[in-house]
Amino acid sequence: MSDIYEALVEIVGKDYVSNQKEERYFYGRDPGLMKPHEPDYVVMPRTTEEIQEIVRLANKEKTPVVPKGAGLSLTGLVIPQKGGIVLDMKRMERILELNEKARYVIVEGGTTHGVLKSYLQKHYPSLRHSMPDSPPIATVVANAVIHGQGRLTQQRGFNSDMVSGLEVVLPTGEICRIGSCSVSPYWFSKGPPLPDLTGLFLGWFGTTGIITKLGLKLYPCKKIRDVMLFLTDRAELVPDIMLKLGHTEMMEDIVVSTQPIPLRFKGNFFILVFMTGDSDEEIEFKRKMAWDTLWEYFDSRDGGFVSITPDMKTPMMAMPSKDTTRFADVRKGGGFEYSGPIAPVEKYPDFVKKLEELASNYNLSYASAARVIDGGHCMMFSFSYTFNRADPDEMDRAKKALDEAAEFSLDQGGVIWKPNIDEQKMMMARMDPNTLRLMGKIKELLDPNGIMNPGNWEAK
Amino acid sequence: MQEYANQIHRCFRCGYCTFPTDYSYFNCPSYRRFRFESYSTGGRLWLTYAWVKGEIEWSEHLAEILYSCTTCKNCVEQCPMKFASDIVEWIVGARSDMVEKSKIPLEVGRFFEAVQVYGNPLKLPGSERGAWADGTKRYESGDEYLFYVGCLGSYDENGQRMARSLAELLKEAEISFGILGSEEKCCGNEVYMLGEMGLFQLLAEKNIQKFKEHGVRKIVTLSPHAYNAMKNNYLKFGADFEVYHYTQLLYDLAKKNTIKFSQNQAKVTYQDPCFLGRYNKIYDEPRQILQGIPGIELVEMERNREDSFCCGGGSGNFVMDLLAGGEESPGRVRVREAYETGADTLAVACPSCMIMFMDAAKEEGLEDRLSIKDVAQIVKESLLLEQTT
Amino acid sequence: MLGLKFDKTKCSDCKPVSCLVKCQYMDLDRDRARIEWQKIVNGEDSFVLEACTTCYACEEYCPLGNHPFYLIVERQEEKGILPSPRPIITMWINQCEPVGRFMVGMVQEKALSFCFLPAFNLLVGGKLFEDIAWSSIFGQEFFCNAVYLHYARMSVIKERLPRIIENIEKQGIKELVCLHDECYGTFTSLAPAYGIEVPFKPVHYYEYLYDKLKEYKDVIKQLNVKVAYQRNCSVRLAPDTDHFVDDIFGLIGVDRVEREYDRENALCCAEVIRMAKGYELADDLQKRNIDDMVKAGADYCVFNCPACWDSLAEKVARRGIKPIHMIEICKLAIGEKPALEV
Repeated sequence: MSDIYEALVEIVGKDYVSNQKEERYFYGRDPGLMKPHEPDYVVMPRTTEEIQEIVRLANKEKTPVVPKGAGLSLTGLVIPQKGGIVLDMKRMERILELNEKARYVIVEGGTTHGVLKSYLQKHYPSLRHSMPDSPPIATVVANAVIHGQGRLTQQRGFNSDMVSGLEVVLPTGEICRIGSCSVSPYWFSKGPPLPDLTGLFLGWFGTTGIITKLGLKLYPCKKIRDVMLFLTDRAELVPDIMLKLGHTEMMEDIVVSTQPIPLRFKGNFFILVFMTGDSDEEIEFKRKMAWDTLWEYFDSRDGGFVSITPDMKTPMMAMPSKDTTRFADVRKGGGFEYSGPIAPVEKYPDFVKKLEELASNYNLSYASAARVIDGGHCMMFSFSYTFNRADPDEMDRAKKALDEAAEFSLDQGGVIWKPNIDEQKMMMARMDPNTLRLMGKIKELLDPNGIMNPGNWEAK
Repeated sequence: MQEYANQIHRCFRCGYCTFPTDYSYFNCPSYRRFRFESYSTGGRLWLTYAWVKGEIEWSEHLAEILYSCTTCKNCVEQCPMKFASDIVEWIVGARSDMVEKSKIPLEVGRFFEAVQVYGNPLKLPGSERGAWADGTKRYESGDEYLFYVGCLGSYDENGQRMARSLAELLKEAEISFGILGSEEKCCGNEVYMLGEMGLFQLLAEKNIQKFKEHGVRKIVTLSPHAYNAMKNNYLKFGADFEVYHYTQLLYDLAKKNTIKFSQNQAKVTYQDPCFLGRYNKIYDEPRQILQGIPGIELVEMERNREDSFCCGGGSGNFVMDLLAGGEESPGRVRVREAYETGADTLAVACPSCMIMFMDAAKEEGLEDRLSIKDVAQIVKESLLLEQTT
Repeated sequence: MLGLKFDKTKCSDCKPVSCLVKCQYMDLDRDRARIEWQKIVNGEDSFVLEACTTCYACEEYCPLGNHPFYLIVERQEEKGILPSPRPIITMWINQCEPVGRFMVGMVQEKALSFCFLPAFNLLVGGKLFEDIAWSSIFGQEFFCNAVYLHYARMSVIKERLPRIIENIEKQGIKELVCLHDECYGTFTSLAPAYGIEVPFKPVHYYEYLYDKLKEYKDVIKQLNVKVAYQRNCSVRLAPDTDHFVDDIFGLIGVDRVEREYDRENALCCAEVIRMAKGYELADDLQKRNIDDMVKAGADYCVFNCPACWDSLAEKVARRGIKPIHMIEICKLAIGEKPALEV
């Protein structure tokens, strides 16, 4: 047994350290298409103090540390590119505090979205958080770190915008509090009126520290939630439809889907509009607002609302969305990945064209879901391709299509969401050189030994 | 190579399998116990696929991961994919490959050997199989039911208590039944789940032959495991008898007023056995029996019915206990949950749950505060005096 | 191409012009109606073609059986009129396209058609169906396609219906009990109107239920409840089946309340109208319909069509009336529990 192994056992106990082949194999890959690389150790810490010790050990041994939630980014962000220690954070799973009057919750670094949702439903039914479409095992922290989106994104922005404070173990082992909690017992603000230091950690994919606690803003959970479905067959109308719906300031979530199968989806764009209300009257009013705002398309017969039967509604309303995950089995092969640029909504028609073109060029099954962000400042557009994990050729074609989609999105002025290491390089190559230098300086300052998730955001 | 090998890559390792329906906390016994993702269903399927593809070699650790699944079927309930219902068969298929290649954990090997040599996994002599019965008659042609007692009911001290309770109840209710005593053999449910298909076939065929020799038409089992094997997995070997779990029979007797209850002041919570609940969708009968007893207040644990949390004993783990050790072992987690309901009694309907919880309650120091009783025992204690005298 | 058996002379001799005069959505006197109808007959433009809500009712109103509604649909399609937004029509056409997925049970000579409505998986069960439940067909390959009457796509019906009929015949079915009366109307009205031969005997499920209930006469418990009947659009294709409603209600002790919107004057569930004409008309129709049920003192609202159920059941329940499907009220009468709930 190596010294590092023994030291890790000393820190977290032997049940929660593995250097065996099976864990190294599993933690060396994710469900996406990036090449695997195995860690030397997988560790499951329980406390912030244990993490401090692990980080100090890693600095001493100059071994990489990769903090990991559920590993569901699909873009290989927690594949340990240079080996070392993977920290599976999911034993740090407690919900520490909920401030009902200030509407925030403090969770540990590995608390899952599923558990948080269930907790709120049971104990605070009038509060909710922005549930992502990813499976319920996705962690709140990892989702914020990758700037995830969720069911409140249309109104409230990225899920990372909803952070209200952090506790971080810095790459050098110090514990650091970020936001109002750095001067106050309350976790109501991630920055203002102080300098907003969350920017040093959110979006960095664990290269600047390990988040051990996170404050998250909660929002009113109204008694009734409903969904409407608007169809159009003209991609060029979609941006205006998005903006008009956003203009009502009444729609919580707007998602536009397109896919060629099953047949009922063919030839149309499915625009799902979610709303909530405390009474039938409130819902009815919002429904009418949605109709009225899109009436011109209804009049011209270019679009219309489809009545949704209860059995159609259930999966649409489900949080998290099992249907999103089911896309992986379209080819009966357990795989899908998407390139998800964040871009102005006006790019929708061009992106759709490219989505179909790539699917046709590479002979792939495709789908796309575009989510409106923050009233229409931008959208996330997914170029999703499904593949059969037992068909290496199809996997290769899917990867090529995704690479091309990423290039295309950048050319169109998009910015790639949760970019894989190659896409990070593509973006850094286009980045303002001074910005890139600033990123490099920040990393060097925070992580002098370069131990944190190396291979990612290598800004030099 | 088995059918599973062509399908197993379809798992996306999305992790839904680890949760109950409301996502309140992890509901996969081995993931809950070990917490490495390799011990979740997704981990198990990905590692098995890696083994099938030759990307990893067999190891004792790999086999442990595969065998730490209790086949509780929580993953089948939760998996969003179309193949969900096949998952347990994939795991059993992979195990049977390991069995064929003689690459199984030591404990599993011992389990098979004991069943082969002794006819039970506890390594106790076949001649003593009926020793518990104390006056319960042997099955004779013409009896309505064969009471199939099973290995734990026959040999384990707590299992025997269950068997006696049930036998006495059946006598009270003047049901015509009998047991096979030393002629009874292991039902093979665990052998099947552990992947020893040859041995399972042998046991099934022998049992079916024995039942036929005796002219058995109806079987009532003490264990949901035996109920599952005989009801679902014996068919292809020519089984043509009706099979009931004892809670179904008791439910009928109570409904027809054949058994009547007096007061029994108790606050009871009920553990759904996986092989009764998720495997055979029997959720209501045991509850209705308990609710029909005056004075009994039935309270539910947070996770119940389809979301019930396994005791940790399935797939032979009531003997091998690959998930033992520490406060996160499933049995201990579950008795804590039962105790948190405020119940004074944890009702079970399965001898495997019974022995797992008896041990767990001791380890948790709850043995004086939470009684573990099976439904038959509770019913027996609640009978009107005129019936018990 | 199949042509509609339409007799111009019948219309030119028609006095009442009931097809348009009785229309619940257009206010036309007899003279205006005659003028507009002649335009339609002659293939000229008429505002009627745009204003039509596709409620099917004129099929029932025509005393001569001359298929005014089918002609309207033909004319709408000829003129490129879109009764609903184009993407909605596209969705309907795509989702019901036969793709070679034959979903059949253990089909006998007498079989049930579940149409393409999954609700029948829940509704069919119990003693009333014990001999026939497994003998069933479901899905696109057996879908009657009459729904395209709502979408000005007679061409789709004409193209698909002969294939569908052939698919059913190939199953060896001699007698088809249609659980949705849109199928029954297709085989007894629409197909003959286009000279399409139907090589099996279509039976309306009301007739089937009525006969079954008579077998269970001894176990029927009189329900003694007042019901409002939600008479759906496709009844208009086969209004002769309507008497079975009264016959069944008579057997099980149900009082079909007298109300404004029943029988010939029934209001449709309005969901197609919502997609076609917008929410105002649809909301108004639904409100008037349910107000009428409440006013008539109904305990239950009995549904014939699962699509009406989807659009109205919850709304009816909120007003204190129990929604129930016709099959399930029959189940209730013989002591069985309903399966479909709001």
